[in-house]
Amino acid sequence: MTSVLAQDPATAALAGKTTGTRQLLPSMTPKLAAGLIVAAAIILFGVLGPFLVQDPTAISNVALSGPTGAHLLGTTQTGQDVLAQLAFATRGSLIIGAVVGALAIVLSAFFGIVGSYAGGWIDESFSLFTNVVLVIPGLPLVIIISSYIPQKSLLLVAGVLAITSWAGGARVLRAITLSLRSRDYVAASKVAGERTWRIVLVEIFPNLVPILASQLVFAIIFAILGEAGLSFLGLGASGSLTWGTMLFYAQNGLALRLGAWWWFIPPGLLIALFGAALSLINFSIDEVVNPKLRDQTRSVRKRWSLTKPQLRPLDKEDVR
Amino acid sequence: MRFYLQKVTFYVVALWAALTLNFFIPRWLPGNPVDILISKLSAHGAVTPATRHSLELLLGANSKEPLWNQYAGYFDNLVHGNLGVSVTFFPQTVAETISQALPWTIALIGIATLVSFVVGVGLGQLAGWKRGSWLDNFIPVTTMFQAVPYFWLALILLYVFASLLPWFPLNGGYDVYGVTPGLNLPFIGSAVRYGTLPALTIVISSVGGWMLGMRNMMVSTLSEDYILTAEAKGLKPRRIMTAYAARNAVLPSLAGFAISLGFVVAGSIVTETVFSYPGIGSALLQAVQNNDYTLMQGIFLVITLSVLGANMLVDLLYAFIDPRTRVRT
Repeated sequence: MTSVLAQDPATAALAGKTTGTRQLLPSMTPKLAAGLIVAAAIILFGVLGPFLVQDPTAISNVALSGPTGAHLLGTTQTGQDVLAQLAFATRGSLIIGAVVGALAIVLSAFFGIVGSYAGGWIDESFSLFTNVVLVIPGLPLVIIISSYIPQKSLLLVAGVLAITSWAGGARVLRAITLSLRSRDYVAASKVAGERTWRIVLVEIFPNLVPILASQLVFAIIFAILGEAGLSFLGLGASGSLTWGTMLFYAQNGLALRLGAWWWFIPPGLLIALFGAALSLINFSIDEVVNPKLRDQTRSVRKRWSLTKPQLRPLDKEDVR
Repeated sequence: MRFYLQKVTFYVVALWAALTLNFFIPRWLPGNPVDILISKLSAHGAVTPATRHSLELLLGANSKEPLWNQYAGYFDNLVHGNLGVSVTFFPQTVAETISQALPWTIALIGIATLVSFVVGVGLGQLAGWKRGSWLDNFIPVTTMFQAVPYFWLALILLYVFASLLPWFPLNGGYDVYGVTPGLNLPFIGSAVRYGTLPALTIVISSVGGWMLGMRNMMVSTLSEDYILTAEAKGLKPRRIMTAYAARNAVLPSLAGFAISLGFVVAGSIVTETVFSYPGIGSALLQAVQNNDYTLMQGIFLVITLSVLGANMLVDLLYAFIDPRTRVRT
């Protein structure tokens, strides 16, 4: 096989490409493209935006004005520029999402997979720990902590959200790993003398990647939503500016009753758009990590009895 | 039988750990909640030494009593249902306040979650089965709804369907002037009318998650060998979808349902606040705003208990549905 390919440099190059890192990347589908573009645009806005806009806290006489040339997204009831606030709020919310998402996924993978595969007392103690963390409801806990501590940093809020949000994922992973570890192929690799860490990482872990990917996406979304909820209740990190605090001030400023749509629509819309973009990326990831899913797609399609023109755009998605 | 006994024992241990944590949280955090509460309570009249002692057991104080005795007294109070007196709803006790608020929350969010689960899993099953169909392509739209903050959606629904179009009431749990609470038709009708918008908010924002989870597992399950076997046997596609694929694909969603049911109470706080719904969430927020630490701890306890109870129930059911988890190797 290799010798045949070696005779033709073009084929060899192609083969090298498909077996290399290329295989690990999702093929560009409209869904993925849309997700990437929207997510990248929002992240860029959060990273660069704060350097380009006016001072978000500057008060002016132009109160509650709609979008104009000077204020592209209008002003709040104290004349603050909504676009400037939005840029800083985006940065604040993205930091929360990134920190909480990363922490939560590491914790839930560790406690979910390792424990359930090892079994015995390790499983019992990990599961007990997971359950204890699970029964500490995140939002009420943060609410109660916030009522004791008047000054909360952004990282403290992120930390509490992370340690209270990984347990659910760990439980789902545990349930699936429990089912996976009793499969024949795992038993076969045990008989073949594979080491435990190899079975966990090479045999079981790849089957969990789609679930992990979707959990990371949701950990980020739920972190952003959780923080937004807290801030909306007026209990967020002190002095922070996130999408949630923007909505809190909009609600307190009666933006809804006064019809100031430019004030309360953008923060909520950005949360929704960012969440949807992450989900779109997630769809593509999960089709790639498990090639079985794609073959399945084709065989399922045969059953739809579609006409050829209808199938053509679908097949294009499959081309590596 | 041994398996179920193990599980129940395990949950008893988890319950103990949770209660212990509940005991330590007010003691670990800074501030002296007992003094704040006593000064607030004394505005309503003289505070008896017994009340003070009970508060100290619940929340901790710089008393000379050893921690172990406080711990024992705390459990003694819990067993007798003595959760202290609420400052916010004085002279009601915390237990009374919670028992008034809890049914509202359970009814509203329990029903909404159930509806959302059934609809989401059903649609996710179809989307995973017919991958690439219009329903499958509709999933990104529902996940976008899921990413919409509850309270933002609630505000917009409230604005459109209660303010612009006066179809539904703006806030509350039932018509306070028109009907009397109880098992009568006008009250139930009124409660349903007042609960529609809050329930709709929860269903719209949560249905996408069930759909996506079910669809992903459905796709994975469809590549299993037994599906191929079922096809080779010439079974009807509908039977393969429901009895072969969906039955196995729904397992992780069921495991997730326990978590979701537990968080039902927790997640209600923000939604209830927007609608001024008379549930546990509004009570917690009021407790926080009034520094009502006993009520806060009581509500925290109830939420903890409901999460544990729901988890135990589904864990036992799960082992019944998926016998593989029962086998210990």
